[in-house]
Amino acid sequence: MAWTRKILRVNLTDRTTKSEPLNMEWANDYLGQRGLATKYLVSEIDPKVDPLSPENKIIWATGPLTGTMASTGGRYSVVTKGPLTGAIACSNSGGYFGAELKFAGWDMVIIEGRASSPVYLSIENDKVEIRDASHLWGKTVWETEETLKSEHQDPQVRVSCIGRTGEAGVLYAAIVNDLHRAAGRSGVGAVAGSKNLKALVVRGTLGVGNLANPKEFMKVTFEKKKILKENAVTGQGLPTYGTQVLMNVINEIGAMPTRNHKDVQFEGARKISAEAMHEPRESDGKAQLVNNQGCFGCTIACGRISKIDQTHYTVVNSPKYWGASGGLEYEAAWSLGCANGVDDIEALQYANMLCNEDGFDPISFGATIGAVMELYEMGVLTKEEIGIEAPFGSARALTFLAEQTARGEGFGKIVGLGSKRLCEKYGHPELSMSVKGQEFPAYDARGVQGMGLTYATSNRGACHLRSYTISSEVLGIPVKTDPHTTEGKPALVKAFQDATAVVDSSGLCVFTTFAWALSDIQPQLQAACEGDWSMEKLDLMGERIWNMERQFNNAAGFTRKDDDLPPRLKTEAAKVGPAKGLVSGIDKMIPEYYALRGWDSEGRPTAETVARLGL
Amino acid sequence: MQVTLKLYASLSDYLPDEAKRTNEWPMDVPEGTTVGDMIARHQLPERLVHLVLVNGHFIPPGSRASRVLAADDVLAIWPPVAGG
Repeated sequence: MAWTRKILRVNLTDRTTKSEPLNMEWANDYLGQRGLATKYLVSEIDPKVDPLSPENKIIWATGPLTGTMASTGGRYSVVTKGPLTGAIACSNSGGYFGAELKFAGWDMVIIEGRASSPVYLSIENDKVEIRDASHLWGKTVWETEETLKSEHQDPQVRVSCIGRTGEAGVLYAAIVNDLHRAAGRSGVGAVAGSKNLKALVVRGTLGVGNLANPKEFMKVTFEKKKILKENAVTGQGLPTYGTQVLMNVINEIGAMPTRNHKDVQFEGARKISAEAMHEPRESDGKAQLVNNQGCFGCTIACGRISKIDQTHYTVVNSPKYWGASGGLEYEAAWSLGCANGVDDIEALQYANMLCNEDGFDPISFGATIGAVMELYEMGVLTKEEIGIEAPFGSARALTFLAEQTARGEGFGKIVGLGSKRLCEKYGHPELSMSVKGQEFPAYDARGVQGMGLTYATSNRGACHLRSYTISSEVLGIPVKTDPHTTEGKPALVKAFQDATAVVDSSGLCVFTTFAWALSDIQPQLQAACEGDWSMEKLDLMGERIWNMERQFNNAAGFTRKDDDLPPRLKTEAAKVGPAKGLVSGIDKMIPEYYALRGWDSEGRPTAETVARLGL
Repeated sequence: MQVTLKLYASLSDYLPDEAKRTNEWPMDVPEGTTVGDMIARHQLPERLVHLVLVNGHFIPPGSRASRVLAADDVLAIWPPVAGG
């Protein structure tokens, strides 16, 4: 077994902690991390609960391969009911925190209730304490981590915490570990903030020594690492250029959501791309990119570490931002850049650093600014209301609003609601580029049809990582499909969704799947975990996890009408590029997708499906 | 006729210096030039020629030799890459 078989349950209302045995029957059916934590959550909370109430719970969860020598085995997930969407929220992070939690002897931490004053949770192997965090409240993520490491007199503790946005209830606040790795989406940080929970601080020295077949595990993980190393994408492309290499690809194929999805190509894409990050700047002769970085156990190391231009207007008087820091990754470069028409790469890195420093999701934030800029250009929002002139392309508006959102000041409070609520407030709900209240990531559903279905049916609101069909539709992994057709996409999306649910429950990173199939992960699980972990079992498990999340959302009130895209993507055709003239064919894909899933016409799993999956 | 060759990521090394900051290399080519001709002419290593687009449309490996370029076409090529 690769589980520690222990759960830490923390009740903040009562200020109690207790150790419980992991339900191994559930682990056998839901594996770990996303699947298993969701099983606990849906079994313990009312689906209709207010996400920011004490009755909601929030779970930090590792997978059976977290902390092991499997490549990328450092992942953990935060699972809760999300305040941005009201749907299931599951945000996945890398870095080193997840492995440390496992080393401390815990598969999962379940947080209940609400503390009467700010607290943090200190975990040192079996020694667990709920401690006062009054002195940390009001601090940024970066200040919190520094303070806690100093107070614990241990630079090796790992911190997973919220910044000021989580405290203030920004609906897309993140939980950040290791300074710039984040459980970024769906507002999990706001849930922690609503519980007066500032941080989890973990030091683990127990290791992970309980593998079912250690010798076989060493052999098989070595073989699979070799595949990652020899694969051109995971061995060379991602470490050298990172996710940002997609900037010019997606722009070239005309699927780059630009200016709140008004356009599908951004004329400034090259200036904010991976290639630009590698080039010496005119101001100081240095490239923005300093190095790549890997998370725990990762042999890919796609992360970007950069230094901002010290002469840039955003930081010229703020030396604290001059050091090496995380970013830019593709999603942030898109949301802060293309979505707003901003091509100032230093401004993007500054806004990205603020997202890390104060823990908020750059995708939802940037996309919300896109809506603000469109409303400004329409005359609905004014300079007086926003606090600055905010036309598309204004780097100063972007960075001003990033500062305001981070600090919870002025118009930043409205931006912190996300685009759905903001656009509703100003009478234009149709301008929120979101599904179930969560903003789109960096692929236009007109130019890549499968992504439209991915967004519409994602259980946590619009998300690319629930079924990353870009692999197939654009990059040809594992096989190339036509991005402009809806044909075959329901089956493609379902296959990606089910496989990804397994990867997200294992403790591994989904980026391994650029080189690995699920059949490469299966023998690693089989060697680590006792029992049967056949491909047939994993395939069924992925489907079971997806349907479990869906049932929770259905019970929370979501129906067929919530599996839809904004009218812009269905009625305003792409103006230029290869997808010129196309709109999303979402209405055509949904019925076929439901049928493949074994759902009724309202998107509910049928009794037969529920029985087949053992739900 | 004039076409534009775009080379990205590690293929940027095959661009002349003046094109490196844009990744775009406009050039005159004879009528009838194919995608395969362009790859051969600029000595782009086969292992680095992965994602090939003409005007944003994907050109499968088996069609590169026969796909004839037209005036003002944009040929863009990437090595194996991915993102998220």
